[in-house]
This record gives sequence, C-alpha cells and structure tokens, in this order.
Amino acid sequence: MIAVIDYGVGNMFSLCRSLERVGAESVVTSDFDKISMADKLILPGVGAFGDASKLIKQNGMDKFIKEQCAEGKPLLGICLGMQLLFDKSYEYGAHEGLGLIEGEIVPLADYVKGFKIPHMGWNRLKIVDNNPILRDLKQGSYVYFVHSYYAKCKKGVSATTDYGIDITAAVRNENIFGVQFHPEKSGENGLSILKAFNEL
Amino acid sequence: MLTKRIIPCLDVKDGRVVKGKNFTNLSDVDDPVSLASYYSECGADELVFYDITASSEGRSLFCDVLKAVASNVFIPLTVGGGINNLTDFDRVLKCGADKVSVNSGAINDPSLIERAAKRYGNQCVVLSMDVKLTEKGYRVYSKGGRIKTEIDAVKWAEFGEKSGAGEIVVNSIDTDGVKKGFDLPMLNTICNVVNIPVIASGGAGCVGDFIKLFKYTDVDAGLGASVFHFNEFTIKKLKNELKNNGVEVRYD
Repeated sequence: MIAVIDYGVGNMFSLCRSLERVGAESVVTSDFDKISMADKLILPGVGAFGDASKLIKQNGMDKFIKEQCAEGKPLLGICLGMQLLFDKSYEYGAHEGLGLIEGEIVPLADYVKGFKIPHMGWNRLKIVDNNPILRDLKQGSYVYFVHSYYAKCKKGVSATTDYGIDITAAVRNENIFGVQFHPEKSGENGLSILKAFNEL
Repeated sequence: MLTKRIIPCLDVKDGRVVKGKNFTNLSDVDDPVSLASYYSECGADELVFYDITASSEGRSLFCDVLKAVASNVFIPLTVGGGINNLTDFDRVLKCGADKVSVNSGAINDPSLIERAAKRYGNQCVVLSMDVKLTEKGYRVYSKGGRIKTEIDAVKWAEFGEKSGAGEIVVNSIDTDGVKKGFDLPMLNTICNVVNIPVIASGGAGCVGDFIKLFKYTDVDAGLGASVFHFNEFTIKKLKNELKNNGVEVRYD
C-alpha cells in the first residue's frame, strides 16, 4: 500500500489514476496511522514552494514524514514534492524544506540563459547513476517537465536533462527518491517509474 | 533538448467535442474520452480541453468528463473555459488538470493571473488569448472571441508574463477554422515580447502548416483541432514529417 500524502496541495487525481493503472494500491491521506501502515510514501505537489512548505509543517506532518523515512520506508517526491525534500528553496522568498536530500532549489532563470522559463515540455533523460525506479527506462527516454526552479545539488543525482545546463531530473538518497518531472504525465515511461517504485 | 509539442485541442460542449469554423456553427465530432485516449496513444504530447461555452454563459466545467479523461490519459492536460477565480482553479486541478488556462476571467480580473501563480505556481497558469488584427493593431477579444476589447495583445502578453503566467496560448481569430495556416506574423509579434512558452492556435490545415510554424516562428507548440478530429492526417505522420524537416519532436 502506497500512502499519497495529502497536505492540501493538488494534483492527486492523475497520480492516483496512474498508480491504479500500474496495479499499485494507494490511499490519499493525511492521517498519521494510515501513513505509518503504508509501506511506501509519495509526496506529490503542484504549486509554489512557500505555501507547500507551510502546509506540510502544519500538524507536524514534516516531522512525521522524516520519522517514517528514518525507519527506511521508501519515499518518492514528485515535482514540487521532490523539491520539498531538499534543504531550502528561493521561490518567492527563502523557505526551509524537509532536509532529506542535500541541496537547494533555485530559479532556473538565474542559471539558464537564452531559454524560455518555465522549462515546460518533453525532454530526454540522461541516466547517470543506478536508480531502481528508473530500471525500465532507456537512455534518452522522454519525460514531461514543468518547472521554473530546479534542484542544485552535488550528491545523489541519478538522471539529468539538458536545458542549456544539466538539470537535476531524478535524485536518490538511499530510500528517498525524487523526480523533477511528472511520471503520472509522462505516458508509458512515467508509468514504468511508478510501477518500479511500487515493486521496490 | 525540449521538443516541439503537438497538441490536439478538444473543444467541449455538453460532454461532446465540437469544432466551429470561426467559433460559430458547432458540429459534434466525438466523445472526449475516446478521442483523448486515441490521441495519447498516437503520440500527442499534451491535450487542451476547453469548455467553449463556459465563459460566455457562465457555466462551470463538466468535471465528470474531465475526470474520465484524466483517468485514461497520462499526458499533460490543460483545462480552460469558465475559469474566473481561484475556486475554479481548485476545482479543475482536483479533477486531474495540470494546467489551467484563463481567458475572459483574466480580462475581467487581471489580478487572477498573479493570485493563481502565487498559489499554484507559475507553471500552472496559462494565459489564453483570442487575438484579431484591427486598424489599431492586434487586439484581444473576450467571451470566446465574440467581444472586442481595447486591450493591446502585445501588452496583454507582456502583462501575463509579468503577472506570473507560465505559458501563453495565442489563438488567431483571423485564421481560426480557415485551415490555411497559422498566423505567423502575429505569433512572431507575441514571441518577440515574452520569454515563456507560446502555443500557437488557429489555422492548422495541413502538415506543411506545422512545418512552417516551427521553421518561421519561435513557438513551442502547435495546437490543432479539426485536422486531428477529422483524421486528415495522423499525429504520427505529422511528427515524422517534422522530424524529416529538422524539427525536434518526441517520437518514442
């Protein structure tokens, strides 16, 4: 059972339907008991970092997620959910993240010159490190990105994508996984990632 | 690198896909769910889903249809039509939309763009504009292209970007439904003033129109409705031709 953590940030619908499609049982919940009973967690997210980080800190959800992860439970952060795994973000001010992966979320516009922002559309993955959730993907597979900020980090990068610079596309720190793109919106390639996560 | 996107547009009224020539004389084409699944399977990069009557008649979107589409189609879905406030954003996002397009709603209340961008992120907010060339230059039309406003299209696009829109859909009223090609001069005018993705809409009639679009403008995506709905050519064929002409597209 996968618990999709509901902290008041949208985009659960497609994610749940795509989990269903790959045969994963899931529940959307903010209930601590249900989250602790699940064997895997997904932190979704669409929207702005500041609001999301405030929402996830309400009722101690951030601390609870960290406790769950400390026990070794796999967690997958998607898009803004991935960005929340990092230490800090500079989207509309400076905001603290969960600090599960080392690095910062910075505006693409400060690093990518001559390209449109947001980075929006289908781009190819360059897989640079073993990551079990990417097991079924070929080098150069297309996935769908929509973001204006990116994770600047040194450790744990398992895939990048080219947008003038190498942009962090997938990260892993032991049982903590994150993808900047949307697997639930990346056709068959994306579904294969959710399937692999479910089968961890 | 980022690929150019091919986006079928599903104009929906009463749960059915329709396509009107210059926005009038609507005719039933197909069921949204089966059409959306078909497009996804044959390589559409994204889908746009407009409730074309909502903004003029004040009707809300049919969330059931949206949910059914989002349950079967795992590519990005933009939803528009009748988006007037943050509650509307919330409602369609909960039904599986990834991006929400505002048109008349933003004309009535320009602060909607910024408020939505702050709450949902810039990438979630699409400014959609119906544009027509007038004696005074390019002007924005509201209510599904029916009512002329005094808004300058170039300034509106700039304002949209500044307010936090993540993408702009530019629909040319002059070329819409005519099938003689996209409005390249107008698209170039808009592309020159913004640094966010621009989606071209209105006028696709043949494969060559898309080749010209990507060769002679800076747009990121091309929208098509009747060319796809009436199966004049497949998206696969279109993408092959684009690739042969040096346009980068997703083909796996």
